[in-house]
Amino acid sequence: MIFGLPVISIAIWLPIIFGVLVLATGDDRNAPLARILALVGSLLGFMVTIPLYTGFIRDTSEMQFVEIYDWITRYNIHYHLGVDGISVLFILLTAFFTPIVVLAGWKVIEKRVAQYMASFLIMSGIMIGVFAALDAVLFYVFWEAMLIPMFLIIGVWGGQNRVYAAVKFFLYTLLGSLLMLVALIYLYNQSGGSFAILDFHQVAIPLTAQILIFIAFFFAFAVKVPMFPVHTWLPDAHVEAPTGGSVILAAIMLKVGAYGFIRFSMPITPDASHELAGVMIALSLIAVVYIGLVALTQTDMKKLVAYSSISHMGFVTLGLFIFNAYGMEGALLQMISHGFVSGALFLCIGVLYDRMHSRNIADYGGVANSMPVFAAFFMLFAMANSGLPGTSGFVGEFMVILGAVKANFWYAFAAATTLIFGAAYTLWMYKRVIFGAVVNEGVASLSDLTLREKVIFTILAFTVLGMGLYPLPFSEIMHVSVNDLLVHVARSKLP
Amino acid sequence: MDLMTNFMPASAEIFLLVMACVILIADLVIKQQARMVTFMLVLLTLMGCALITVGTHTEGVAYAFNNMFVDDLMSDMLKLLTYLSVAMMLLYSRQYLTVRGLFSGEFMALVMFALLGMMVMISASHFLTLYLGLELLSLSLYAMVALQRDSAIATEAAMKYFILGALASGLLLYGMSMLYGATGSLELSAISNAIESGGSNQTLLVFGLVFIVSGLAFKLGAVPFHMWVPDVYHGAPTAMTMLIGTAPKLAAFAFASRILVEGMQPLVEHWSGMLIILAIASMAIGNITAIAQTNLKRMFAYSTIAHMGFMLLGFLSGSIEGYGSAMFYAVIYVLMSLGAFGMIMLLSREGFEADNLDDFKGLSQRSPWLAFLMLLLMFSMAGVPPTVGFYAKFSVLNSVVQAGHIWLAITAVIFSLIGAFYYLRIVKLMYFDAPESRAPIIFGQDAVLLISINGLGVLFLGLLPGSLMSVCAVSIQQSLLLH
Repeated sequence: MIFGLPVISIAIWLPIIFGVLVLATGDDRNAPLARILALVGSLLGFMVTIPLYTGFIRDTSEMQFVEIYDWITRYNIHYHLGVDGISVLFILLTAFFTPIVVLAGWKVIEKRVAQYMASFLIMSGIMIGVFAALDAVLFYVFWEAMLIPMFLIIGVWGGQNRVYAAVKFFLYTLLGSLLMLVALIYLYNQSGGSFAILDFHQVAIPLTAQILIFIAFFFAFAVKVPMFPVHTWLPDAHVEAPTGGSVILAAIMLKVGAYGFIRFSMPITPDASHELAGVMIALSLIAVVYIGLVALTQTDMKKLVAYSSISHMGFVTLGLFIFNAYGMEGALLQMISHGFVSGALFLCIGVLYDRMHSRNIADYGGVANSMPVFAAFFMLFAMANSGLPGTSGFVGEFMVILGAVKANFWYAFAAATTLIFGAAYTLWMYKRVIFGAVVNEGVASLSDLTLREKVIFTILAFTVLGMGLYPLPFSEIMHVSVNDLLVHVARSKLP
Repeated sequence: MDLMTNFMPASAEIFLLVMACVILIADLVIKQQARMVTFMLVLLTLMGCALITVGTHTEGVAYAFNNMFVDDLMSDMLKLLTYLSVAMMLLYSRQYLTVRGLFSGEFMALVMFALLGMMVMISASHFLTLYLGLELLSLSLYAMVALQRDSAIATEAAMKYFILGALASGLLLYGMSMLYGATGSLELSAISNAIESGGSNQTLLVFGLVFIVSGLAFKLGAVPFHMWVPDVYHGAPTAMTMLIGTAPKLAAFAFASRILVEGMQPLVEHWSGMLIILAIASMAIGNITAIAQTNLKRMFAYSTIAHMGFMLLGFLSGSIEGYGSAMFYAVIYVLMSLGAFGMIMLLSREGFEADNLDDFKGLSQRSPWLAFLMLLLMFSMAGVPPTVGFYAKFSVLNSVVQAGHIWLAITAVIFSLIGAFYYLRIVKLMYFDAPESRAPIIFGQDAVLLISINGLGVLFLGLLPGSLMSVCAVSIQQSLLLH
């Protein structure tokens, strides 16, 4: 705590309170007020998370900024929050993206503005809660609560096929979560009546039970990541979601799944994790290679970036399940970087879509002629997505590949193909959209970025480049926690 | 003095009976325009009952009428919740009944007698009292369903309800007579002792148990004894559906816990096996069939079946923990159904029933606030946090896992997932679809206030469920252990 203030609680509840205030502005006659209120709320929400970074003590893996209060005494459930070097980064990432999303929807969203803005603010608070919760039930509550606003965002403001996508998204993720709930209850009974996640880390569990728990967790987390073969909801959800929804989905919500692996699966069931690491690595590599090839054939830009996300997240799960420091830190950096880059790419596509109302690659060509500034920004993010050295995309991928070489050369070999496929599908899309002759009237009359869009892209460009050139601020904070996690995972928990 | 102590535990029931008779007679001279007077009298009676129940509460367990009637913490809690639920039902349905010409003295008298039946059921510690309460409740409900005389569908529903209900009562009585034959007593604790001490004919006992559980399943609406539920829910005027779908579930919970736990805890291994089948079948048929419904009341009927199946899961763990979670589940279920049926009545108007799924299309554009409340209620029924429905499911699942039935917990969550689909569909209709009619929604301020409290209550209890959970657990602990 800083100055005796419960920083994490503020970071969670401030956006939610602002969300309720925004809702209270009522219908679209008060839209300007709703927008301004949302922006203020999201900026404040970001500012209150900064002390988490600056005040973070880097040489311990203990939980910091801990808050613990009784919540449901009957089941020994606590309102228990805290961050370590891993979760703190995701909290910052979440809070960072909320104002960007608010700005991105500033003009485009015209119907039910207050509800749109409020959904994002509330979701921002809930997602911070997911990353900060140290009590399994509290975690679960945040985890599931996250679905409700996202369901509405896709369903109300999405594209043509939005209802199908929203329901698919909800049911897919709910299935995983419910199985996880059973696993959590089982752990509660095994741990002698505690729901504290850190207590779960200490419980001795026989191998069969560990494997079953691992599978239950796998359903919950793999759906969110998403891993092959439970990834099919993601392209649907992304394509139908409004730009802001896609950004939050890609930048934050996918990370929640990988975070779950780090916080739950690996430390709670280390033996099962080792036992099943082969399967996880295989699924990750399939995601990297096969989904990368799938991305190559897409004709819809959003779908392409969605598949690219799955492929990149394959890198993350690969890094996690090779159990070495390079892999783990690389995976975490990759998660952060992917947040920035995919968020930025969805925003780029959003910019085009707002002007042309099409996401088809074939409808574009020669955009550089009418939108030179945009083309430059898009170029940078496309490069980052293909992992060009000097951009943030490179750091994580490189470290994961290094880690993979240590584990098994062929893992690394398969994973490294992404450097080719990633570059191929991203740059080929870029080429078809931006370069060449102007294909139609619409493209010719495109107007370049507005000031608001320039501000968004400049911030993102700085982060992407900054993280690529100097990743130390990101890696140093997680270092001790990652090492501690690796030590923990290496210890057998068989009784 | 002796007489007084004998009557003390039942004073709320006696008061209610007297008031019901008084109101019935007074209503003869009250004109239709002044029917509000009767209405207010009924509400005052409910309040009076609540005060008496709280006032006569004693630590521990008090018996009356030769151990036929019991007053313990569980009965007090359940009665208070029953008053609350009946009062809410009355407030919700006032306008609905008025425009349909059903806002009559008979209706209110029947409600009071039904309530009396429930109270007797809740406090029964003897098969005869139990049966008396059950029949008083059922007969009042049959009559209420048939109250709308000129509606063919309501009459049909009443007929079905009556015939199947009579059959269920027969089953129960038959089971009771067998238990009487085996143990020589109709008193629950004596039966329990007799079974425990051995020496009773085991075959006869288990046979009797089968009939009792079947009768119970009939009343709860558990599969395969559920056939009446959809027809009655659908056919009855919504106000009656609301009454059938809410408070009697609390009484049914008490009924189940009195018979199974107090009377037949020694046979737990037998009845928990039966309950497993009932619970799984109810969750499966209820949740899957609900998906195919286009009528909201029918859908809620199947959803009730599924919910009752889930509640039975709490029982079959055979532990105090489990009974507490089942009680919590029943209470939460009643709260959610009150809101859901209240919403249907709120959106209905003269000559129009908002009981089709399509009537909810685009509600978020017609009335964002009502849509939001309905969203909370639906997510709560689906068991999605941060609404209270989640904790109801959570506590039941916890008791199931504790009892070692992990596969059962997994089955239950799979069916919950299937169930989530049709609740989501309502949210989808309200938020994603365009409204079919732009007719303004006319409602009384009181009804809106009530449904706001109801809907926000679901959220509030979801954020702070601890105290209600503890209350349920403690009342079960104090009541069922002290016997």
